[in-house]
Amino acid sequence: MSRRDDGSPFAPHTPAETAAMLDVVGAETEADLFDVPDEVAFDGEFGIPTRDERTVVTDLADTLGRNDDLTEFLGRGHYGHYVPAVVDDLSSRSEFLTSYTQYQPEITQGFLQALFEYQSMLVDLTGLPVANCSMYDAATGLAEAALLADRVRETTGSTLLVPEDLRDGKRGTLDNYVDGAGLTVETYPYDDANVDVDALSERLDGDVCLVYAENPTVTGAIEESLDAVGDLAADHDALFCLGTDPVALGLLREPAAVGADVVVGEAGSLGLPTSYGMGVGLFACRESYLRQVPGRLVGASEDADGRRAFTLTLQTREQHIRKERATSNICTNQAWVALRVAMHLAWLGPRGLADLAEDCVRNARELAADLDDIGGVTAPLADRHHFREFVVRTDRPAPAVADDLRGRGFAVHTLDDHRLQVCVTDLNAGETDEFVDAFEGAA
Amino acid sequence: MNYDQARYGDDERNEPLLSEKRAAEVDPGEGSALPDELTRDSLELPAPSEPELARHYTRLSQMNWSVDSGPYPLGSCTMKYNPTFTETVAADPNAAVHPDRDPETVQGTLELLYGLQEYLADIGGMDAVTLQPPAGAAGEFTGITVAKAYHERNGNDRSEVIVPASAHGTNFATAAMAGYDVVELPSGEDGRVDVEALEAAVSDDTAALMLTNPNTVGLFERDIVEIADIVHRAGGLLYYDGANLNALLGRARPGDMGFDIMHYNVHKTFATPHGGGGPGAGPVGVVSELAEFLPRPRVREADDGDYELFDPARSIGKVHGFAGNWLVLVKAYAYIHRLGDEGLLDASAKAVLNANYLAERVAFDVPYGPFHHEFAATAGDRDAADVAKAMLDYGVHPPTTKWPEMVPEAMLTEPTEAESRASLDDLAAAFNAAAADSEGALADAPRKTAARRIDQTSAARDPRLSWHALADAGSTADE
Ligand SMILES: Cc1ncc(COP(=O)(O)O)c(C=O)c1O
Repeated sequence: MSRRDDGSPFAPHTPAETAAMLDVVGAETEADLFDVPDEVAFDGEFGIPTRDERTVVTDLADTLGRNDDLTEFLGRGHYGHYVPAVVDDLSSRSEFLTSYTQYQPEITQGFLQALFEYQSMLVDLTGLPVANCSMYDAATGLAEAALLADRVRETTGSTLLVPEDLRDGKRGTLDNYVDGAGLTVETYPYDDANVDVDALSERLDGDVCLVYAENPTVTGAIEESLDAVGDLAADHDALFCLGTDPVALGLLREPAAVGADVVVGEAGSLGLPTSYGMGVGLFACRESYLRQVPGRLVGASEDADGRRAFTLTLQTREQHIRKERATSNICTNQAWVALRVAMHLAWLGPRGLADLAEDCVRNARELAADLDDIGGVTAPLADRHHFREFVVRTDRPAPAVADDLRGRGFAVHTLDDHRLQVCVTDLNAGETDEFVDAFEGAA
Repeated sequence: MNYDQARYGDDERNEPLLSEKRAAEVDPGEGSALPDELTRDSLELPAPSEPELARHYTRLSQMNWSVDSGPYPLGSCTMKYNPTFTETVAADPNAAVHPDRDPETVQGTLELLYGLQEYLADIGGMDAVTLQPPAGAAGEFTGITVAKAYHERNGNDRSEVIVPASAHGTNFATAAMAGYDVVELPSGEDGRVDVEALEAAVSDDTAALMLTNPNTVGLFERDIVEIADIVHRAGGLLYYDGANLNALLGRARPGDMGFDIMHYNVHKTFATPHGGGGPGAGPVGVVSELAEFLPRPRVREADDGDYELFDPARSIGKVHGFAGNWLVLVKAYAYIHRLGDEGLLDASAKAVLNANYLAERVAFDVPYGPFHHEFAATAGDRDAADVAKAMLDYGVHPPTTKWPEMVPEAMLTEPTEAESRASLDDLAAAFNAAAADSEGALADAPRKTAARRIDQTSAARDPRLSWHALADAGSTADE
């Protein structure tokens, strides 16, 4: 018999092979190999039946099929853009997918080079000279930036200033990560969806070690005061951390040009489909913080034949060497998602990326104008330029409008009693006419 | 085994960088609907055509070792086969939903997450599970933050976390990140926790002990009940690092051993692909007393059979911007659903059998035992890193080297259940060929990989972290 019909389908042993191997080991049964005292042995059952592949695929398709088929006009930090087939195809090559961290660089040059290229493209986009090869997501990236701000020589304070209007997931993660370091998170207000520079200036003092701002903001407004924020942070010896994403960076001002010291954000707006919040955290910073950077870094070197080669480097920052004095506890990261981002960026090229970004501005503008034409609706609520998304004010209670829209096949964000948020990308841009009609009916 | 890895390029380098192939520069602000002061003036990026892109990444993939290429016995990492049907499941368009969808409209997603919470709780013997942590280390941070919240709630500020010397680096780093002093516990003579040393280490300041079981050289902590007692008597909590759960599926559960908190390493135990470094997922399970501290939101089944989100009463808050690594969780669910009780039990049995069989076949000493799914051989008077480089030429990936430190020149080897007897024999042959190689041959290895021995020192001394830092990789932008 070459295949067993019980046990794990992914363990190749026939009964005869198992018997022969037990013989070599000198054990009678597999159970004899376990040195588990009786008092803690488990002899119960989980009650999970073993299923064949077809049944599992069908079962899970049924389960996932219970998700309603709605057209999403959703964003607020998680964005779907069209991912070209070639990205799916190439990234799914199992040489990439089923490998791990490049502890043996000689035999994993392919992935190392791909990550080096990812880092390099982030340098292109941010203008900052150092980018790591991924954080888990935007929220943990921001939290790591805060811890970096605490460690670097350039700062002395222990307060972090973040916008009042920050996504709960980011704020909550930040609060947890900085608690152990004894840092305090405080907020500054927005004025018409942009940084209230005067208020920020009032809150800044010598105890602030990091000022965080976003471009675009969580409601999609393009930030117009970045230079002022950068200057204020620099005047107070605080780091300026900018949150953004690679699509926005295709058009909006280069972070280095506005004085950003660290750039974080959700890079999974490229390369990944909408994934229930899964993404990849981008992280770039100034050269002077190099030895304080969290996460993995790929560098160029040479091999014994003098040929260029890539390797993980500056590993003495990392937990497997530095233990409790490491710059972060991160080990497994989001490398494969970073690979997909790099593929998507290269596929777009600078023209494609800039055009995609320009569409994010124009589509949002057009959609807002169409919605604004509806009686009892104001869009965009802020008198700003917008990127992908914007806030809509409705005279009718917003939750009722959202419910009604849902009945018509569309999902939007409900912010409060009279405010909704709407996001348009290349994925749903073809359905804005239907959406506006539905909105007219719902508002 | 005869092996030569693909190489491309010339005497100077392998496959050129994307920037060396074709790049372009544009002015995104030109013709933009935005005012000039809000846009950048220049954007330079690679601009390969799609055929060039396809060839580039195909070549890179050919210069990359993977589980599908051959044995990958990287100890502690559980590089088992990643069944491809889980990719099919995760690619379902119905899985591509936004995290801000109204829960009523994503019942399928919530049902799957709920089902996974339940599976994991059963498998670990835990009462409540969060799926939010995006990797094992993030799970550790979540778990230790839960422990901290629990102690604070009891008006009980504790300042120390105890970590065995043999623990993974993330345990130390996590405890420090959470603001604790790390107390390192030396290993006992037999490679396990020294119970007396633990007695001496615990105190009113002990917040938790972090433990892997079987430990990082594959040994079961036979005194686990006593260990749990000691920690609990001191008022501390017992944390289980789930990296080695692949040894115990269906045979022993952390909850039954007295652990209060654990993380599951689904990219190890539940076969989701490691993706060249990630993504993984690190769900955390806790006993009922700690459930109220878990991150928000969690999923539960309502009375009407619908699934809903809820915030635990004293939640520590968030550890990820959204719900963690959803696509990884889908794959893990699919794997457990496919294997069922019998498959899980067998996966561990074969993982342990394989490690024991391989250890018999290799010509290096294995100082501690009995081990389970992995063993730490010692390279003796040779440098384990050199032995590893030599193994690369024999068509296998080497083990984890020089860790844990309690085994000198350690080669931590975890073959997993996925290797057949024949491939274990190949693996043993690679170990033994490297063992027989002369010092000179070792120092000269590898010769058959896409790159030969890489100079780590100069990479770190003169960091060049992007193509901008390479003199010869200058832009080929056609402006
Ligand atoms: C024993 C042990 N603990 C913790 C971890 C950390 O897990 P992750 O890499 O998923 O963050 C690892 C994995 O690398 C490990 O081997």
